[in-house]
Amino acid sequence: MSAAPKSVPVVIEQASRQFGGFAALKGVSLTIEPGELVALLGPSGSGKTTLLRLIAGLDQADQGSILFDGVDADTLSLRDRRIGMVFQSYVLFRHMTVADNIAFGLRARPRATRPPDSEIRRRVGALLDLVQLPGLEARFPSQLSGGQRQRVALARALAIEPRVLLLDEPFGALDAKVRKDLRAWLRALHDQTGHTTLFVTHDQEEALELADRVAILNNGLLEQVGTPNAVYDHPATAFVCGFLGEANRIPVELRGGQAIFDGSPVFHAGANTSGSGALYVRPHHFHFDISGATGLNGQVETVRRHGAIQRAEVAVRGLARKLDVDILSAVAPAVGERVGLRITCGHIFAGT
Amino acid sequence: MPGFGLGFGIIVTALSLVVLIPLAALVLKAAGAGPEEIWALATSPRVLSALRISFGLALLAAAVNVVFGLIIAWVLVRYDFLGRRIIDAAVDLPFALPTAVAGIALAALYAPNGWIGALLAPLGVKVGYTPAGILMALIFIGLPFVVRTVQPVLAEMEAELEEAAALLGASRWKTITGVILPPVLPAVLTGFTLAFARAVGEYGSVIFIAGNIPMVSEIAPLLIVIRLEQFDYAGAAVIGVVMLLLSFILILGLNLLQAALRRRLGHV
Repeated sequence: MSAAPKSVPVVIEQASRQFGGFAALKGVSLTIEPGELVALLGPSGSGKTTLLRLIAGLDQADQGSILFDGVDADTLSLRDRRIGMVFQSYVLFRHMTVADNIAFGLRARPRATRPPDSEIRRRVGALLDLVQLPGLEARFPSQLSGGQRQRVALARALAIEPRVLLLDEPFGALDAKVRKDLRAWLRALHDQTGHTTLFVTHDQEEALELADRVAILNNGLLEQVGTPNAVYDHPATAFVCGFLGEANRIPVELRGGQAIFDGSPVFHAGANTSGSGALYVRPHHFHFDISGATGLNGQVETVRRHGAIQRAEVAVRGLARKLDVDILSAVAPAVGERVGLRITCGHIFAGT
Repeated sequence: MPGFGLGFGIIVTALSLVVLIPLAALVLKAAGAGPEEIWALATSPRVLSALRISFGLALLAAAVNVVFGLIIAWVLVRYDFLGRRIIDAAVDLPFALPTAVAGIALAALYAPNGWIGALLAPLGVKVGYTPAGILMALIFIGLPFVVRTVQPVLAEMEAELEEAAALLGASRWKTITGVILPPVLPAVLTGFTLAFARAVGEYGSVIFIAGNIPMVSEIAPLLIVIRLEQFDYAGAAVIGVVMLLLSFILILGLNLLQAALRRRLGHV
């Protein structure tokens, strides 16, 4: 592209939005650094798309403000916000060729700032190269696959040299294989172009793999913001722990630095808290151990193939739900066998 | 394709019974008049004037219906408001109403002593018993065609299209003309064609409000009825055939235009 787009920081301050009686956002604050790729992750109804639409200017916050490079976005028209938006359903203009779709934003400019036709053609070609669809100028959207359409949509958004790029579940309508390919491709593209990018997803794997930082939303509130490693390894709340990957929940009593289940200590609690709490353990953080003094005792109910490893369901007395336990050793326990489980890593959330 | 023979046979039979044979009979009846007589009748000032009124006003009414039909369809699709369903149902009333009832109602409203006509009379505007009255009646009966052909196309359109265009910097005008209208244009043209075809042949609602003054507000179908009442079947058939030819040429042209439009818009 001709001029390197100027990426700006986006600051969201205490944004709230109500729809009728339903509070979709309850005071969310988030700062996105220039050139950063941030994932807004949350289950459906968590407010992530609402937040994206506030930033885009397609909806107004009831309270709070959004600043682009220090300027209140409310004072900017949609055109002056210079936002590149990619929708889940592509939203290409079906009656236009790929080239006309991409050129739309440039041709929509007032005459004074509109580039000449030859320059527009050149830029369309360059953008098609960038999204790896060279030579498809004359096609219509109906002649493209879903993945190709979404890349055209991205090229169209990039054509206006956006200051911020917003992606609303961009890969949601694509099948798993294409989604994975596009994920890696988008990451590489972002490293190349360096736009401040915010993308919405409900797919935690996508968020963790793609983003510089992940912001996890739940019920209109921001639960945690951090790098993928930080949010995965050190979840701030029980919700984050449960939402990012699988986790078994074990209700425990916290006493003397220990998490106690069914009268015996099962995990070192670290902080000197007391009272009731919940211990979250990921399936691969169990170790089969019959002799261990700290641990849980249970009976293997089923053993199933789970991707690269096998997984056992272990019934533990006093737990309503069976534990999902990854079998990391070469020898799998037999169904019906009584086993001890040592917890190698877990997260304790007091009072939950 | 299996079943083609049977299907084709049924279509040809049905089409023959309902359309082709009656039309052939019409042409045959007209031919009974002799070439000079046909030409004299078809080019007589009164017939030419009636044809001009019928076709001119039908085209004009269809054009007006495109504007209002588009707006009505847009409002019905895009906005949710109290009474939307009632208005949606009311759009079909011109379909269901006997046309004579519509004509009498319009005449009662727009006659110089009617509710609306009385208001317009002091301004020097006369609608009832003038070509303007004919236009009113033709707009009334043609409106549902445009609404009902455009509505499903608009409903299928993603609301996000407008948002995408606005974020790309398009003005409201550019969004409407460049993004929203082009995909509905083929449907608009279909609605226009249907409204026009309906208006050209309309009789019942028009005669009550037209005033039926020869050379001023007399429509071609009325001339046919007058000939029939005088037992001049050949004359009636001649005017009928002329109308048929003109309609066929116009509708064929509109259909070709529509096909070209669809191709250009990428609906392969």
